Amino acid sequence: MLRYVIRRLLLIIPTMFFVALITFSLAHLAPGSPFDRNENRPLPQEQLDKINRYYGIDQPIPVQFVDYIGNLLRGDLGLSFTRGRPVVDLIGQGIGTTAQLGVQALIVALAFSIPLGIVSALKQNTPLDYLSLLIATIGTTIPSFVTAIFLIYVLGASLHLLPFVGWGTWQHMVMPTFVLALAPGAFLTRITRASMLEAIRQDYVRTARAKGLREQSVIVGHALKNALIPVATIIGPATAGLITGSFIIESLFNVPGIGRLYVISINQRDYPMIMSTTLLYAFVIMIANITVDIVYGALDPRIKVS
Amino acid sequence: MAQQLLDVKDLHTQFFTRDGVVHAVDGVTFHLEAGETLGLVGESGCGKSVTALSLMRLIPQPPGRITEGSIVFDGQDVLKMDDDEVRGIRGNNIAMIFQDPMTSLNPVLTISRQISEALELHLKMDKSEARKRTIELLDLVGIPSAKKRLDDYPHQFSGGMRQRVMIAMALSCNPKLILADEPTTALDVTIQAQILDLLKNLAREFRTAFILITHDLGVVAGMTQRIHVMYGGKIVEKADTAELFANPKMPYTWGLLRSIPRLDEHRKAKLVPIEGLPPDLIAPPPGCRFEPRCQYRRDVCKEKEPELKRIPNAKPDHEARCWGTQEGGWLVDTDWHREIGDTRVIEEIKKEVADLPAETKKDGEEPPLPPPSPVN
Repeated sequence: MLRYVIRRLLLIIPTMFFVALITFSLAHLAPGSPFDRNENRPLPQEQLDKINRYYGIDQPIPVQFVDYIGNLLRGDLGLSFTRGRPVVDLIGQGIGTTAQLGVQALIVALAFSIPLGIVSALKQNTPLDYLSLLIATIGTTIPSFVTAIFLIYVLGASLHLLPFVGWGTWQHMVMPTFVLALAPGAFLTRITRASMLEAIRQDYVRTARAKGLREQSVIVGHALKNALIPVATIIGPATAGLITGSFIIESLFNVPGIGRLYVISINQRDYPMIMSTTLLYAFVIMIANITVDIVYGALDPRIKVS
Repeated sequence: MAQQLLDVKDLHTQFFTRDGVVHAVDGVTFHLEAGETLGLVGESGCGKSVTALSLMRLIPQPPGRITEGSIVFDGQDVLKMDDDEVRGIRGNNIAMIFQDPMTSLNPVLTISRQISEALELHLKMDKSEARKRTIELLDLVGIPSAKKRLDDYPHQFSGGMRQRVMIAMALSCNPKLILADEPTTALDVTIQAQILDLLKNLAREFRTAFILITHDLGVVAGMTQRIHVMYGGKIVEKADTAELFANPKMPYTWGLLRSIPRLDEHRKAKLVPIEGLPPDLIAPPPGCRFEPRCQYRRDVCKEKEPELKRIPNAKPDHEARCWGTQEGGWLVDTDWHREIGDTRVIEEIKKEVADLPAETKKDGEEPPLPPPSPVN
């Protein structure tokens, strides 16, 4: 078990390297550079060259990459090109907000999807089941930015019930959290329903009933634990969904997290910011997946993690 | 006469499916005395398992429902009980051993949890008492080093061992009646013999009444005192075990007996199958349900359904549902070993089956299950 965890953790290193390589290449291959001349920046060529030299982007790309990795290994994430401040500080400022948003959304998603999926399976083909399927279908098919704009328009701009710009009070958090939770929540509802439907038809559920257990104990004690195994495996990818979803949501609701920072830095070709945020996200997703695999082993005694 | 433990009268269990109403159990009447062992025999889809599930009110509802009849267990009608009362009986007074030990145990719970659950529920034991009792039970059913294996999961046991666990579970609350539904079908022959021995000895030791459900007359032979043969949702022959084997009276039973391989038979001798297919329980034949497959049939069989009646040249409690073997019938003196009936009729039955479209051939082979759910 411990060996398994260590091996999985060590595997993060090469993965991160390739993530870095691909991101670095793509970022630099994209047309434009951070300090392009435009109307707002009518810089003379020699000054541009000076800036490029200062930030090291006059070097060939492979050299820049080696330099970047070298700095990274020394714990230096570099300076943001556009803000002139260390990337570490900028990420440090936003990460709390993003993490809070993500965790809240995950909790909300789990809190509504699992009960809804279970009830839906137990009351299969009743209006309640159809209602939950409808919600789940809407949640998976309508993109979150559409829902977000719709809610901003109705609850924010028209009815003035909730603020939709910024972050801080709980009122600010309601809409972004809900919108972010919707897609993974809807997906988890469907998975829970399907696996619960399968579980309650199993022979061991009949055995449990034949023992004289109450229906509640049969469902919770016997069916649910089996039904949650597939659900648990989905939580890993769902976490990834929450993270990628938060780029859009943070931008739309102007939440000062790293998701918004990420989107801005891509537009501005802020290479060190792009690199650091991408690597951070990759790291979080990998940790989420490892956690799920370990939890999976704990939930299902037939799986031996090794 | 010992006290009547179970008295089932005119039990009807039906499944309401899209294709129509399946009459899975159609007027079954039988009784059982305390400590008695009864064999319920018949091919797949004849209503044996549904009968057993009905006794514990475990029929999945919908689509199933017990529509008529009474099940008096220990003086109380199970069908008139509320849910709490039924739960008080399940696992406590009536326990069940299911066919497939591979799927009947919960894969994510330990063996001890699954056995002690019933002990805590019905016998109000605390955790440590239940654990102690679980070890005793596992010892009793012959699980080696029970103490060590207590916290193992089902997948760490072999099929035979799992069936032993199921038996331990069934015995846990000292039930008055155990329903064993094809307990050895999923096991290989050696293990089958071991499990049957175990069941037999435990039934004797604890004076537990047993209903052994099987399609295999060979299995019930040494196990039970009486045998009821079922066909198409009805009981077609009732007799003492010895009497049934010595003097069977229903052509269906003859067919079952002919299809058991014998050790003393010549190697090349072929088993004689029962030609044709089990009846469609949505629209059963109007006369005798076995008539379409019966090699000894006459016109009367097609027209009117025979009653379950006592037989002239047999023991007094021997009953069969057959016009031919009842008083004045044409089969009263037939020796089933010698005369296998009218060969032209056999050819006719074979031809009918061959002419059926592939789809309808499946009908009635399996007991009706709830329709598959649209899984998303």
